[in-house]
Amino acid sequence: MRIDDLKFTKEHEWVSIDGDILTVGISDYAQKELGDVVYVELPPLGDTFAKGDTCSSIESVKAVSDIYTPVSGEIVDVNSNLEDNPELINQSPYEDGWVFKIKIEDEGELDDMMDADLYDEYLQGILEE
Amino acid sequence: MKTLPELIFNLSKEGKVGYSYSAGEFSDDLIAIDSEKIREDTADFPQLSEVEIVRHFTNLSHLNHSVDSGFYPLGSCTMKYNPKINEKIAGFEEFSTHPYSPHHLVQGNLEIIETLEEWLIKLTGMAAFTLAPAAGAHGEFVGMQVIRKYLSSKGDHRKIVLIPDSAHGTNPASAHFAGYGIKEIPSNEEGIIDGGTLKEHLNEDVAALIMTNPNTLGIFEKNIGEIADLLHKNGSLLYMDGANMNAFLGIVKPGDLGVDVIHLNLHKTFSTPHGGGGPGAGPVGVSEPLKEFLPVPIVVKDGGQYKVRYFDEKGIGRVKNFYGNFLVLVRALVYLMALGKENVRKVAEDAVLNANYIRQGLRNDLDLPYQSKILHEVVFSDKNLNVKTLDIAKRLLDFGMHPFTVYFPLIVHGAMMIEPTETESKETLDAFIAVMKRILEEAAETPEVLENAPHYTPVSRLDEVFAARQLHVKWEKGGNN
Amino acid sequence: MRYFPLTDADRAEIRKSIGIKENRELFSDLPPDKIYFSLDHIPSALPENELIDRFKEIAEKNSYGQYLSFLGGGAYNHFTPEVVNELSRKGEFLTPYTPYQPEVSQGSLQAMFEYQTMITMLTGMDVSNASLYDGGTAAAEGVLLALRKAKKKKRILIASSLHPEYIEIILTYVRNLDYEVDYVAYDRETGTVNAAELEQKTDENTAGFIFQSPNFFGVIEDNRKICEILHNRKSYAIQTVAEAMSMAFLTPAGENGVDIIVGEAQSFGLPLGFGGPYLGFMAVRKEFIRQMPGRIVGQTVDKKGNRGYVLTLSTREQHIKREKATSNICTNQAWCALRAGIYLATMGKKGLREISKTNHLNTAYFVREIAKFSHVTVKYRKNFYNEVVLEIKNKKVEDFIGKMEEKGILAGIPLKWFFSDSEDSILVNFTEIHKKKDIDRFVTAVGELQ
Repeated sequence: MRIDDLKFTKEHEWVSIDGDILTVGISDYAQKELGDVVYVELPPLGDTFAKGDTCSSIESVKAVSDIYTPVSGEIVDVNSNLEDNPELINQSPYEDGWVFKIKIEDEGELDDMMDADLYDEYLQGILEE
Repeated sequence: MKTLPELIFNLSKEGKVGYSYSAGEFSDDLIAIDSEKIREDTADFPQLSEVEIVRHFTNLSHLNHSVDSGFYPLGSCTMKYNPKINEKIAGFEEFSTHPYSPHHLVQGNLEIIETLEEWLIKLTGMAAFTLAPAAGAHGEFVGMQVIRKYLSSKGDHRKIVLIPDSAHGTNPASAHFAGYGIKEIPSNEEGIIDGGTLKEHLNEDVAALIMTNPNTLGIFEKNIGEIADLLHKNGSLLYMDGANMNAFLGIVKPGDLGVDVIHLNLHKTFSTPHGGGGPGAGPVGVSEPLKEFLPVPIVVKDGGQYKVRYFDEKGIGRVKNFYGNFLVLVRALVYLMALGKENVRKVAEDAVLNANYIRQGLRNDLDLPYQSKILHEVVFSDKNLNVKTLDIAKRLLDFGMHPFTVYFPLIVHGAMMIEPTETESKETLDAFIAVMKRILEEAAETPEVLENAPHYTPVSRLDEVFAARQLHVKWEKGGNN
Repeated sequence: MRYFPLTDADRAEIRKSIGIKENRELFSDLPPDKIYFSLDHIPSALPENELIDRFKEIAEKNSYGQYLSFLGGGAYNHFTPEVVNELSRKGEFLTPYTPYQPEVSQGSLQAMFEYQTMITMLTGMDVSNASLYDGGTAAAEGVLLALRKAKKKKRILIASSLHPEYIEIILTYVRNLDYEVDYVAYDRETGTVNAAELEQKTDENTAGFIFQSPNFFGVIEDNRKICEILHNRKSYAIQTVAEAMSMAFLTPAGENGVDIIVGEAQSFGLPLGFGGPYLGFMAVRKEFIRQMPGRIVGQTVDKKGNRGYVLTLSTREQHIKREKATSNICTNQAWCALRAGIYLATMGKKGLREISKTNHLNTAYFVREIAKFSHVTVKYRKNFYNEVVLEIKNKKVEDFIGKMEEKGILAGIPLKWFFSDSEDSILVNFTEIHKKKDIDRFVTAVGELQ
């Protein structure tokens, strides 16, 4: 997967779009901020969430980071590898460390996401603060 | 170097006995329990002789740093000396009565409760206290419940509690469990809350502000008078987290500052031992209008006799079994009676002198994020250093000193929160300052010495990530332990 | 004053170094008209010898010690081996803080790990935490845990035979949260949970049922049946134990299917102490661990690969999750857990079971002996552990208790303190402390009140 094909949210999540299915994970920046991940709470398969809802969380030793649902829809798949290998989030945030897949209800909700360049600029802004 | 003893389960051997007690006088024929309700043996329970038990726990004790063994400047924890006489008196057998004993047989115990309440009232200026809460956080929860019950008795159902960004994590958690929503308010460049900021956050939904005073930066919230007025005009209450009461014990009464509810930590200011994490006691004091909402039990003096109100319709109910952590209360009262009026104020004076001496001694070596005057503790930052706060803390262990509180409060980058307390000598403070300077020199010259520290402790730096991933939380037969 | 190491010369030197002339300047940020309030109304300092005299005087006002006591009800008088007192009093155990720096806290941490292990052995559960305040608050935390884990279910059932103080505490804890509470009565014949009512009241919105076994009346519940009823409705079984000693003789909670066990472990090496400090415990099935309140110690390795212990799963706790934490607890009862750990290790496999059985046999002896009278009756005569309800038929309960007190005996706790429909009964407890001659004395005294 090429980073250029991904879109990003202000909450440091990435999504990749395949038809009406969105794969969601956290960005390289987010995993570095969090440190060694020790546990991933996956969303329940088949549950539906509204955009912005907390649907899962990622824990390191010292912090917990909530994952917000980037679009409204039903959870159609979760990365159960993370249950035993939470470190995949650190080792491979954009591939093996994906967290869940959600079925898009409203494509309009994708509009305010950033592409890789815009997200880079956004990160620069954060680092300069 | 000291090493970890084997786990007690690995020392066990079939047939060894560590106790002795009179044999039972009745035969099993009397058993009146259905056989399927009776268990098998606890197969892997330890079996050791008495001397082996004694050595095991004695060897374990040697692996601990404690107030009795050395300097322990853990900020906001008030690690002062725990007087030995407190322990002796709390151990008097006469105090160890059953909590449901008829009241006329435990007048001494009830006198202790009432006398301690009186002392706390005199030192804080509050109208009444409950001694039931088991710890500071428990006190916060009780205080929040009292506020809620008081407001709702007036038909007022406010939903929000304001909490400064420098607050201890128990504040929001306690307010949450009392059913409140939390709103954080920022402190200003002096490290305190100002009236203007508070005003922006006040509305008719605000039940209370929880303010730690002096706050976790060791700074007195000097706008407290104005803040109390603003809150009261808004129909809201001022809750003071008294975790840092040691800073002005005998100097000022929180009740005189407009505080409506306060909790104190007997295991901090009042010298009862922390016991490796507890037990403590977190009495809650309230102003006159809130008095009737305190939890049960309530000890009252009726003629020459002490009596107990064990049930009470109006109050928040019961928060803890029986009378709270009674033997902790005994220790605190012994401490106060030992201090007396001649010394109670010196607690704060010496604690504040010592904290300022450390601030002065290290202010040219470490970044001081807030220039405001401090009371009982000082917070430095690891800004401008090439090592992290954690590395300095771990290196301190090599010099036989317990580190300060690290990475708290959250508003300071790499916070080092140092609270020496009044029970440390100037020699100890000088030694600490010298060790810190030496460590900072090492940081500049040989940072790897810090990064790999500690070098001389029973174990080296422990892998917390591994612990959280493995979740190995008990010994298992044949397991890796 | 012996607690202050600074000399006047030191103080002067410190003042000079920080640029002030007198101590009052330390407090210049405080309102000047309010500081240095008058201390005239506070008593003078007592030197150490006078402190002892003063507290001896107070102690002598307690005449409780002159009586033979059969009081229980959540606080039990057991024998504590002297090694427990001696070892736990060591300053290295008594005076550290919570083990935030594990490299210099391995003593406390390993002892906590051993305590956790022994609690799991006694309860048959997967995980124990490092302690909670006491039985009542542990019960409240158990209820909140079940509600958190059950997520959308908002209703909790409480057994009326649960310790009445525990019920009061649970109510204080859940009062302002968005939950519904209902009760399941006990059967007047057996003193145990009314199973039909439990079955009927457990609906799809019920997160769990909290009950006590042995219950407040001393009767062992049909734990397996209770768990079955609950699990059929996908609700959690929360067992409370107020008399921890019972766990060494009775089928462990884990084997019965209990999901969460909470309770009071004062019986393991803690003095009666007029009610505290005691020891709240909690043990759960593995799937609850991330929702569990309180500290948990885990085993790990250091940089050199050596075994060591740390506080783990801290992300559940208030210092990280703040208002989203699983509990607000911070300071717990660590030193009480240390004492329990030493107690359990000292009694060991053999002693603990022996003592626990003696508790039951002493009670069973009383039940047999007292049966010869008709003016008093033991209400629930089957499956009691070390406590029974004694019905007084020929006089008012206060008169009975008063007369027994005149004979130097504290006969029991009047149930009418807690239950409006129990005018005529008291709760009587027997432990290994009581010898046959003590029980005979009780029975003889009762005989004299015919």
